[in-house]
Amino acid sequence: MTVSRPLVGWLYISPLMLVLIPFFVLPILVVLVASVFETDGFGGLIPTFTLANYRNVLTSALTFNLYYETVKFTVLTWFFTLILGFFIAYFLVFHVRNPLLAIGLFLICTVPFWTSNIIRMISWIPLLGKEGLINSALLRIGLIHEPLTFLLYSSFAVVVAYVHQLTIFMIVPIFNSMARIDKRVVEAAVDAGASRFDIMRLIVVPLSKSGIALGSIFVASIVMGDFFVTKVMSGGSSASVVGAFYEDISVLQYPSAAASAVVLTVILLAMVSLILRTVDIRKEITQ
Amino acid sequence: MAVSRGDIELAGLSKSYDGVHSVVHGINLKIPDGAYCCFLGPSGCGKTTILRMIAGHEDPTDGEIVIGGENVVGLAPVQRGTAMMFQSYALFPHLSVRDNIAFALRVRGLSKADRYRQTDAMIEKVRLTELADRLPAQLSGGQQQRVALARAAITEPRVLLLDEPLSALDEQLRVQMRLELQRMQRELGITFVHVTHSQLEAIALADMVVVMEAGQIKQAGPAREVYASPRDRYVAEFLGGQNVLSGKVETIEGGRLMFAQPDRKTLAAPLRGNARIGVGDRIDVAVRRDDIELLRPDAEISPQDRSALSSRVLAIEYQGSFVKVMLDAIADEEFVAYVPERVFFRDPLVIGDVVLATWAIDHARLLERT
Repeated sequence: MTVSRPLVGWLYISPLMLVLIPFFVLPILVVLVASVFETDGFGGLIPTFTLANYRNVLTSALTFNLYYETVKFTVLTWFFTLILGFFIAYFLVFHVRNPLLAIGLFLICTVPFWTSNIIRMISWIPLLGKEGLINSALLRIGLIHEPLTFLLYSSFAVVVAYVHQLTIFMIVPIFNSMARIDKRVVEAAVDAGASRFDIMRLIVVPLSKSGIALGSIFVASIVMGDFFVTKVMSGGSSASVVGAFYEDISVLQYPSAAASAVVLTVILLAMVSLILRTVDIRKEITQ
Repeated sequence: MAVSRGDIELAGLSKSYDGVHSVVHGINLKIPDGAYCCFLGPSGCGKTTILRMIAGHEDPTDGEIVIGGENVVGLAPVQRGTAMMFQSYALFPHLSVRDNIAFALRVRGLSKADRYRQTDAMIEKVRLTELADRLPAQLSGGQQQRVALARAAITEPRVLLLDEPLSALDEQLRVQMRLELQRMQRELGITFVHVTHSQLEAIALADMVVVMEAGQIKQAGPAREVYASPRDRYVAEFLGGQNVLSGKVETIEGGRLMFAQPDRKTLAAPLRGNARIGVGDRIDVAVRRDDIELLRPDAEISPQDRSALSSRVLAIEYQGSFVKVMLDAIADEEFVAYVPERVFFRDPLVIGDVVLATWAIDHARLLERT
């Protein structure tokens, strides 16, 4: 029996399609369609075609404030996870001589992931709270006379929680690309007279670029798409993009939530493609 | 004696990674300024470790490394005035040919214009001008090797250290790059220390060959001396080109000794400078493969001047300018004759032929036993 070539090709990718179409393509289509419908105000959708939802989202000052807040958290989180992730990976790859110890330390980095996200976040509260560990310790040793209030339910707390949750997403890809740097290349740089800083600047950073890009994509897209950490850790004082359409949904404004979701997706796609422009990510994944 | 800047002296140099087993045992060696020195030995004999210690990428456990009259142990590679060319080159994969070569100048803080001026002169010297903007991955093996050489030479080191520089290349290119290395060494006029496991490479290139085994120097000297007059069985076998016969001394007289092996007839060898040999000692004798003449079994020879062993032809390999004939003259060990091509084909042998392998007794050399 002969099967035509195109058909064989489709058969090969059919398992992937069976997963992607119902669980990825269809939901996105539903959101897209919902974003141009109207609401009847009671959770029902009126099939029509209107751009009013988009107009409302894009012209509202609230949207820009939300994006400003979310981008602020994203940039801060990205910055601190990058610094931490880069140096932890650098230490593990270039300073820990014993590979067994390096793997051990690497596993220790994943220990926080043995419990749920929410528990990890909530456990900051007794530490940072008004009567928390840090405040009472500082009060006890007399460094401060009244509790620091910026520690919890603040932007500071939000960034701390995000950095704690997401640093591993930087460590892993950066570790990966650093571990692939030929040790002799580093030795050749030493031989040429490069200082430790020169080696980091001229050899390690350029050769870890794809890992840094991959980690940045993980961190940025997770923070941009999250609302829960912002909500809990800021004590409701900071809003976020996703938090806003969560509110929309709770008051049954599906079309407006859908339009916001589409806008966020487009912005994230643009961001990711910008990052991908700077590096060849295929190299990282396939090698 | 005046000390030149590229003189290297190793004194009692030892290296142990775990404090128990040492990979280099108290090496003593002098390499003169401007020499092409090859460390030759099988993998794991410590030759690369010695090179890395001279380069400053490895600290000796004990001993001194003196370059140009100055003990350099503990100094960084740059302060030593050495540069290393790494095995499989270790080029910076993200930098162009020009930036690879300019790297050492860049970290020395030279301005872009200055370093590119120097670099372009070097690029011309290694004939890579058209490829200056390519990345290492876009170059062939031979081109990468030239980049590595240029990158090491750009700082005008007094010693250039080469770790198996030709092992990544195919045979034809290897011969070509050998010439290139020689030319560069003459042009730069600096000391080259080259590590290799190929005896062909070592004797083709080196002014001075250092044969190593298990962390120790077996013999060091000019290429011809090491090849033609190996000190012991190990050197003779490693460099090839020699048949080694062993046996027990039976008699010593008139500057000759006779030695025998139970399964082989008694042979003679000249006694030269080995005064300590006595009757009953076990000895090794080397005979160059190209000194062996193969005769038909009925041929007449003068037993006063020539030794002869009757043997059977096991295999024949045509090598172009000569023919390699393998014989069963000594049990369990190789015995080979290199017969000049024209001589061989005057009366070609076939496998299984019985021949008389003969050589001039004066050409046999007594080896040291260790």
